[in-house]
Amino acid sequence: MATRVGIVDIAMTPGAESKDNFLDQVYKVTKEVLDKAGIKRADVGTVISAASDVFHGGMSCANSYYWDAGGAFLKNGSRQDGESLFAFIYAVMRILSGSFDTALVLGVCKGSENPENDMLTHFFTDPFYQRQVGLNETVAAALQMREYMDKYGITGEQCAKVVVKNLGNALRNPYAHIKKRVDVDDVLNSETVLYPLKQMECAPKSEGIVAILLAKEDVAKRLTNKPVWFKGYGSSMDAFYLGDRDLLDGQLKQAAKRAYDMAGVSNPKKEIDVAEVCEPYAFQELLWYEDLGFCAPGEGGKLIDSAATNMDGNIPVNPSGGVLATNPYVSRGLYRLAEAFLQVQGKAGERQIDKKVNTALAHGTHGFAGQCHAVAIIGN
Amino acid sequence: MTKEYNTLKNVIELPHKYAAGPAWTRFYDGLKQEKIYGSRCQKCKKVFVPARSYCPACQVSADEWIEVSQEGKVISWALSISHEFFGMPVSPPFITALIRLDDTDCDFLHFIGGIDLSDAKKVKDLIKPGLKVRAVWNEEKKGHMMDIRHFVPVSG
Repeated sequence: MATRVGIVDIAMTPGAESKDNFLDQVYKVTKEVLDKAGIKRADVGTVISAASDVFHGGMSCANSYYWDAGGAFLKNGSRQDGESLFAFIYAVMRILSGSFDTALVLGVCKGSENPENDMLTHFFTDPFYQRQVGLNETVAAALQMREYMDKYGITGEQCAKVVVKNLGNALRNPYAHIKKRVDVDDVLNSETVLYPLKQMECAPKSEGIVAILLAKEDVAKRLTNKPVWFKGYGSSMDAFYLGDRDLLDGQLKQAAKRAYDMAGVSNPKKEIDVAEVCEPYAFQELLWYEDLGFCAPGEGGKLIDSAATNMDGNIPVNPSGGVLATNPYVSRGLYRLAEAFLQVQGKAGERQIDKKVNTALAHGTHGFAGQCHAVAIIGN
Repeated sequence: MTKEYNTLKNVIELPHKYAAGPAWTRFYDGLKQEKIYGSRCQKCKKVFVPARSYCPACQVSADEWIEVSQEGKVISWALSISHEFFGMPVSPPFITALIRLDDTDCDFLHFIGGIDLSDAKKVKDLIKPGLKVRAVWNEEKKGHMMDIRHFVPVSG
């Protein structure tokens, strides 16, 4: 069995609408990541894609469509739906099994060409109950936000600060979709989508095609002088019906614990140097701080007030600008991983954090109000 | 801005026909008679509403049907003043809410109405967690979640 799995390199598209056709984008990132590693399509062992084709692509069985653009045809490959970090762990396991030396992970989502997120996520519901009362991801988020504010006294200003921080960071990220400097008042004065949720606190719709090349230890060392190692992973999915769940006691804690245990992380606040988290709604970043163990329950607002999660803080969160700046819905978990990889390699350009990054965390979430979470730990 | 390349528009319609099965069919029949049915897990004794055939935690059947209270307490709420959502059965302004019906063990997702919704601050002053509400029914019944029009605050 292989002992370690390394990330060799990544390639990704910017989040803004591209003139390129979807297939050309898949082709380009695939070609770019293989060129970076100096290998050919024939050298790739297996290809795993992350997609949610029917609604986010308007095409069923779409891997049959983009498979050749991703260099995957004739290969022993597979596709997964839902949280895109699932595709990462799937590929890691295929290497750990000893069956493959290399694995290419593709995340595909061209958000500029599909319907609004609220329309798409309305179809996450069951037809018998939650669809009949109009549920979608934004409605679920607003219900969660209300509970969070009521229970812990989290303020609108604290939630707005997440937008200010992340969009500020995005100004340094050439791949970011939304680029504008905003202040707390801008956020609080933006349209109330669903009280208490403001329009600028909701993630946009972005493009995001990403390719991540993995390899077993000896091959990874041959293909790059800076492999970034897989350290740990955990996921958890909560119950389906929104009303069956405690929206403030979700599954990220479980997912993180599983990832920390595997990676040997006992004090995340100290040991995680940088985190890329998935925050489709601004307040969720504060709630995720708590669940990831960066602060105590109810203290997410205080943590952002302390500036600890700024680029130059003790635990920078989303130096890329996060999902509030770039939201390729399906591939956003893999985007977090790609950004975490760049931070460990020290190749994040202007968005590179100042301190040395030994261990980084990537988080993805799918479903209503964080029904499903996945956490990956990588490091040098 | 004129695009350099064309965009192809395509609208897809997909007709589905979902089997409601015995549990949903019986639940909807209850709504037609202005009754809200829940079901109790035989093992953990939790009461789920809407009624369902199994307990997801215990993996045993939850087939003891009970008519649950039409009153409960607000757990959370969200107000749309003017924002329209695709698939929403009501037009703004509206309040979506999670309501814990009395003597049940999960929250019921529906709407709060019957109050002035024009001012978010006023609504916030009125609707606190724990506010008591009761179901109001639509006259015409379709065997649908919206046979309940909404929940209104119970005075006193």
